[in-house]
Amino acid sequence: MTLFKSLRLLALSATLLSTAAFAGEITINSDHSDPVPKKAMEELIADFQKANPDVTVKWNNFDHEGYKSAIRNFLTADAPDVVAWYAGNRMAPFVKAGLFEDVTDVWTANGLDEQLKSSAPSMTIDGKKWGMPYTYYQWGIYYRKDIFAEQGITPPKTWAELLAASEKLKAAGVTPFTIGTKALWPTAGWFDYLDLRVNGYEFHMDLTAGKIPYTDPRVKTVFEKWGELVKADYFIANHAAIDWQDAVPQLVQGKAAMYLMGNFAVATFKDGGLKEEQIGFLQFPEITPGIPVAEEAPTDTFHIPSGAKNKEDAKKFLAYLASPAVQAKMNATLGQLPVNNTTQKPKDVFLDAGFTILSNAHGLAQFYDRDAQAEMAKAGMEGFQEFMVKPDNLDRILERLEKIRARVYK
Amino acid sequence: MSNTVSPSSSFWKKNQQKLAPWLFLAPGILMFVIYVLVPIVQSIWISFHDWDGLGEKVWIGLGNYVELLDDDTFYVALKNNLIWLVLYLLSIPAGLAVALFLNQTVTGIRLYKSLFFFPFVISQVVVGLMFTWFYAPDFGLFSKLMEWVTGEQIAVLADERYVTYGIIVAGLWPQTAYCMILYLTGLNTINPEQVEAARMDGAKGFRLLWNIILPQLGPATFIAMVVTVIGSLRSFDLVSVMTAGGPYGSSQVLSYFMYEQALSEYGFRMGYGAAIAVVLFLIMMVFISLFIVRMLRQERSA
Repeated sequence: MTLFKSLRLLALSATLLSTAAFAGEITINSDHSDPVPKKAMEELIADFQKANPDVTVKWNNFDHEGYKSAIRNFLTADAPDVVAWYAGNRMAPFVKAGLFEDVTDVWTANGLDEQLKSSAPSMTIDGKKWGMPYTYYQWGIYYRKDIFAEQGITPPKTWAELLAASEKLKAAGVTPFTIGTKALWPTAGWFDYLDLRVNGYEFHMDLTAGKIPYTDPRVKTVFEKWGELVKADYFIANHAAIDWQDAVPQLVQGKAAMYLMGNFAVATFKDGGLKEEQIGFLQFPEITPGIPVAEEAPTDTFHIPSGAKNKEDAKKFLAYLASPAVQAKMNATLGQLPVNNTTQKPKDVFLDAGFTILSNAHGLAQFYDRDAQAEMAKAGMEGFQEFMVKPDNLDRILERLEKIRARVYK
Repeated sequence: MSNTVSPSSSFWKKNQQKLAPWLFLAPGILMFVIYVLVPIVQSIWISFHDWDGLGEKVWIGLGNYVELLDDDTFYVALKNNLIWLVLYLLSIPAGLAVALFLNQTVTGIRLYKSLFFFPFVISQVVVGLMFTWFYAPDFGLFSKLMEWVTGEQIAVLADERYVTYGIIVAGLWPQTAYCMILYLTGLNTINPEQVEAARMDGAKGFRLLWNIILPQLGPATFIAMVVTVIGSLRSFDLVSVMTAGGPYGSSQVLSYFMYEQALSEYGFRMGYGAAIAVVLFLIMMVFISLFIVRMLRQERSA
């Protein structure tokens, strides 16, 4: 492609003209544009420079959405030394295109295979490690403790108990679940958990890797379970018109009692006026008895582009990032969980609950839109949304998804 | 002695008449080639490949087009584009009506005119956001109104039956303003003597408008038609801001479909996106050629 050729030429001439590429300097590109991640990043860089006075860090902070397309340009044109990205299939295209550097040596040299064990599978492609995980967070059902107490409901542990609790709430005029599906991805949280609980981690990973057809009866069972909630109107109406934040007021005002979400939502609940003692967290209930319990834990990572100029210091940075003390400090700021299992337990109630659940998990899914290929993810989540609005279209939806799966994973 | 003039300068002298226009055109032609023609050819070229924008391009011939013909989303987008095309034309009579209404001399008419023109000045993204809130369930003005009238809320942007119409209404708001301004300038050039003569002959009201005013507004109507048709086919901003093609792809249009496949987070199928772009280009070419033919014919007869 001539465009990229000329871009590369441009980049080349830029590096020839500038003096940016001398040893002892690393450039980091990342999308820590929100206030809290930005602060965590600033601290990380300052601490790293204190520990390594001979290395200067240059940090380009990108806007979150723009980063997703920008990374494709700068990886091919003018690669920095370290880039932020995500684990699982999200990094696969860059690994396959030879744009990420193999960092297996950093893992083995620092004993990370053991310390970062929970994330090792999602960082491995073709038996090699391609990046460094530094944070993740748990998903689960957040519920209104006070409403549950009022209705005499104990936190459900099984599917039957969840249905019974929902029925009770509905009868009391409270919608059991709030959700906003305009941005599609909140629907995937439901699909992932139902599949993990109905068919288990291995099946879910095979499905998202495109090895199992969507018309498989086991996939249909997942939707049947989901349908038990959808057809009974246990989700708020008009969820397709709103974003996940817009669904929060329903929970805050007590119109809905539960919300399947990532831990980042707790801050929004509190901003909305809920007190910590009003919010409860429960692990997604068991459906098929005896299936090893897996969880959803999207992981954020750093990688070294293969076109990096200072790979030596970049690897130093990744090793630093993996150490327990650094991960503990960074995640205390982020309000998320450190991946390194030798760090101390976090103090926050919800993080503490998440830490226990995740460290005992049989496996960690990265979320549907990171585990499945991008195109499949988009079509899949559209299908989930359609199912949540029109559950009777199920067969048509599954046929459509199967057609797309057959094409995407040929 | 007389033949000492250098050959190049004599060549210039001989052909000056022929060369000069090309020299003057050169900057424009250069721009046109670089920014219009070359990208068109490149797009068509890419549309024959399977390419993710990073790796090697793989030639698959008409593969993308075959797939497109088998893609449900493509037909949804095509149908929605047709609805856009037809309903968007409503902005022309609406613009004319507003222009006729504003074409009078009262105090402060300039202010009213600018107020009516306002929606065209603000960005499409802002229009989209405003209408999203307008339609929003629970707190949107429209939802409240519907609840008051029918006792039931309609979440326009979450309902596949209404969503496209909801977006088109948002699009008509600025487009009407645009057509209005075209007609307002057109009305300024109307020959007052003809109007007076018609009035003496007893024409008034609708007949005056139809037989005397409208024919004189021909050029304005033509331009309004061109911009509206093209505008409806490239409806992108509003779809992107208001629904992102949802719910479950039911408000998809070709331009957004192309963007989603080629450039969005879940896409990067450059070849497929390019194929959609080529189809959209061909559809636009039909209208553009019609307009150009008409324009040429007018110029010749003039």
